Amino acid sequence: MKLSQLAFGEVRRRLAGPGLCLQTGPFTVRVRSAIPAVAAGLALLYAEHPVAADEAFCDFHVRLFRPMGPRRWFRPQVQFAFDDLVPFKPLPLDHALPMLEWGLNWSVANHAHWYLILHAAVIERGGRAAILPAPPGSGKSTLCAGLVARGWRLLSDELALVDPETGLVHALARPVSLKNTSVELIQSWAPEAVFGPCARDTVKGTVAHMRPPADSVARMGEPARPAWVVFPRYVPGAAARLSPHPRGHALLTFAGNAFNYGLLGSRGYDALAGLIEGCACFDFEYSRLDDALAVFAALADAA
Amino acid sequence: MQPDRLLHLLREPAGAHRLGPGEWDLLLRQARSAGLLARLHRALAEAGCLEAVPAPVRRHLHAAMAVAQRLQDALRWELQCIRLALAGTGVSPVLLKGAAYVAADLPVARGRVFGDVDLLVPREAILGVEQALLAHGWAPMKLDAYDQRYYRRWMHEIPPLEHVRRQSVIDVHHGILPLTARHRPDPRLILAAARPLPAAPGFQVPAPVDLVLHCATHLLHEGETDRALRDLLDLDELLRHFGANEPGFWASLLPRAQALDLVRPLYYGLRSCRRLLGTPVPETVEAAVQAHAPASPVVLAMDWLAREGFRPRHRSCRGPLTALAHFLIYVRGHWLRMPLALLLPHLLRKAWPRRSPASPRAAPGRAP
Repeated sequence: MKLSQLAFGEVRRRLAGPGLCLQTGPFTVRVRSAIPAVAAGLALLYAEHPVAADEAFCDFHVRLFRPMGPRRWFRPQVQFAFDDLVPFKPLPLDHALPMLEWGLNWSVANHAHWYLILHAAVIERGGRAAILPAPPGSGKSTLCAGLVARGWRLLSDELALVDPETGLVHALARPVSLKNTSVELIQSWAPEAVFGPCARDTVKGTVAHMRPPADSVARMGEPARPAWVVFPRYVPGAAARLSPHPRGHALLTFAGNAFNYGLLGSRGYDALAGLIEGCACFDFEYSRLDDALAVFAALADAA
Repeated sequence: MQPDRLLHLLREPAGAHRLGPGEWDLLLRQARSAGLLARLHRALAEAGCLEAVPAPVRRHLHAAMAVAQRLQDALRWELQCIRLALAGTGVSPVLLKGAAYVAADLPVARGRVFGDVDLLVPREAILGVEQALLAHGWAPMKLDAYDQRYYRRWMHEIPPLEHVRRQSVIDVHHGILPLTARHRPDPRLILAAARPLPAAPGFQVPAPVDLVLHCATHLLHEGETDRALRDLLDLDELLRHFGANEPGFWASLLPRAQALDLVRPLYYGLRSCRRLLGTPVPETVEAAVQAHAPASPVVLAMDWLAREGFRPRHRSCRGPLTALAHFLIYVRGHWLRMPLALLLPHLLRKAWPRRSPASPRAAPGRAP
């Protein structure tokens, strides 16, 4: 059953009570929260996601709650808990949704060590995946959202889950987090896209989440073969330019930005080397999404 | 309160065949909160029961084991670095607890999660060791003047040192209990009986009886319950291992405890192990140690504290009196560490809200 098929009252009841079990790619997550904005946000952004049975085994148990004390009333706050563990400082209450997304990323990155987990967006077309690693400010999420809104399948905007056994990348199909001017940019680029509320003045500025396309969620069980590694760079006014990126450098960049590369030891190296081996690596400068769409289409259409 | 499935399954891994998805769900959370996921992986693997674990659960166990192994590698590397740093001092430190288990390659190290490195050195050598570590990249962790003074004056260790690049932490001890504690084990006895390590030159480990007595002391004096169950499993494994492999181990345990003034910790340690984990203890040893038992109401009270304190620290294991038990364990730990005249001002000082508490938590939203 999809979340959108559950009455909103029932969503709220489960969230406030036993928890709502959502399937996102290979993980079942049990979310609990009595905060109304969390229920509304989940119902909107995860509408297409399957709801797992109440008695299911859940990979992660997360909770968003309002801390006790004077801050309950005075400039209210929200706190994220991973089961009994509270890994972060509290945030203002209206940052509850970004906090849930960050908390879920943290949960995956710190526990799912059966994958090599890279800090990158992943999109797919024709069975082949493009991995977009993410120096901040590179416009990775914008590019990812822009392409996903025009037919590319979303695997993840933040975490590339590489299976060391098969070399395939697994999908999370969670909402895409957009910041500041990217929000309006994507809203005008894809007027049909569904957006959650804007959270202002977060550590990353204004943040809003785009609901993943229904097709990406429906196909989140399908892993994809990595074919391209593209280092995007947004340069105002620049013409789109795709140029080869040295593979050795790509490997070192991933080794530095992966969450568990060191932890996996030689398995991590083998997985990463295999991934780079099978991919064409590029730098990509762009300023307009139209150009980017054309360049990526040409990549996907080439044999 | 839900049942403590963890201790049960650690004792009888074959029970894995009978668990449903909801039970695994709870079990995994309990094991994670107790820091024992990798230990559970090991127990199930050694009993040949890993295949009985549903795949979605098993992958979490494997992941936890990968983390534990990585921490163990890191610890071995850390020991290399410490050995090089101390090469000029002529001191050959005695490794304590986790570091000793790894360096001596004891079975108890398998699937155990490691943190700080604990070293024991002669008190007169401690300044030289501290200087050498400071010269090689370790720095005192941020402590205020009160904490610095408190460590130097009353404790059995100097303030912890953290490596500026690797963030690894070393506790350098000159004793195994604070100078102010009720029991006063003479560290010179432990140093004198320590054994060199062929596999880790430059280091020593305590004699088997001393490892066991230190483990039991740690268990009963800590006052913290976060790692209590882990420590209890350590003690159980050390007893089983040395009992079977170290000639004369059982016969020397009580005499050694008497020499080190640690009979009471040994009594409670053996009792908790036997009651909660079914650790085999020879009847003669049990009878001899029983002669040193406290009055029976005290034993009953301690049994209750042990039952509460050795549960995983998970919400599902909390009963109506668990919070009280944890508080009493905390108070007892401090009570054993220092006399009341020192304890009361110390607890008052610690309870006083400070202006800028150093928060260990990260800001969310940065790289996860």
